[in-house]
Amino acid sequence: MTEFSHAPNTTRRTILKGAVAGGLVGMGFGSFPFPAFAAADVKQWPGDAFKAKSEADALKALYGKTAEASDKISLDAPEIAENGAVVPIAVTSSLPKVTGIAVLVLNNPNVLAAAYTIPEGTEAAVSNRLKMAKTSKVVAVVESNGKLYSASKDVKVTVGGCGG
Amino acid sequence: MASTIRVKAVVGGDKTTVQSLIRHPMDSGFVKDRSGKLIPAHHIEVLQFDHGGKTVFTALWGPAISKDPYVKFSFKGGKKGDDITVSWVDNKGEKDSLVAKIQ
Repeated sequence: MTEFSHAPNTTRRTILKGAVAGGLVGMGFGSFPFPAFAAADVKQWPGDAFKAKSEADALKALYGKTAEASDKISLDAPEIAENGAVVPIAVTSSLPKVTGIAVLVLNNPNVLAAAYTIPEGTEAAVSNRLKMAKTSKVVAVVESNGKLYSASKDVKVTVGGCGG
Repeated sequence: MASTIRVKAVVGGDKTTVQSLIRHPMDSGFVKDRSGKLIPAHHIEVLQFDHGGKTVFTALWGPAISKDPYVKFSFKGGKKGDDITVSWVDNKGEKDSLVAKIQ
C-alpha cells in the first residue's frame, strides 16, 4: 500500500475501504461479479415435490393438480438406455401458453427429476440428462393455460444409475 | 478459479438457443463409496438464466439429474452481443455464476 502514501489522507482511506469491500465480494462469489437480480435462490426449490414417491404426490406438491394425457407433448427418450447414469431426455410441446415443464421417472426413489419454469417468450422445449435407477416409465408433464398435460414413454435400463 | 459453468448462446432467426454444461458431482444420496458409507446428497437445486434483467429460464433440479448436468432451451428476444447471466445454487449453499455474450 506504499503507492498511496503521497495521496491526501481521506483519499487513501476511501481507496482502502473500496479495496476491502471488493475483496469481501470476491471471496464470497469467486472471481465473477454477482448482480443481485440474477441470483438463483434456494427458496424457489420445492423440497416436498422432490421428496414425493409417486407421480400424483409430486404433481400435487408442485402444481396442486393432476395431469391428463395429451398428444401435443413430444417426449424424446431412448428406448433402451445402456447407462442409467446418463439418459438424454428432451421434451417439447405445441400446447399454448406453456408456463412449466416437469420430468418424472416413476421407478426412481424420488419420482420428480426436474421442473422447469418457462416464462413468456421462452420456447416450450427443454433437453437434459437424467439418472435412472432401473427400467421405468418416464413422464413429461407440461403446464399449459393453467392446466396439466402429460405424456409418457418406457425406457429400458440395462445398467442402473444409482450405483451399488 | 475456473468457472464451473460453460454456456453457449447462439442467435438463429428470432430465437436464441442456449446450451449449458455445469461441472457438479450431483450426488444422489443413494450411492455408497468404497468403504460402504453413503455419499450424502449434493446436487444443484436451482439454475437460472437471465437476459436483459429478466429471467428467461429456471431449472429446479433434484438429485436424479446426471453428473455434470447439461441443459438446452431457447428463448425469443436475444441479440448478438447481449449478456446472458447463468447462476446456480446447490443444496449445500454452494453457488456460481457467469456472464456470457450471445453469439
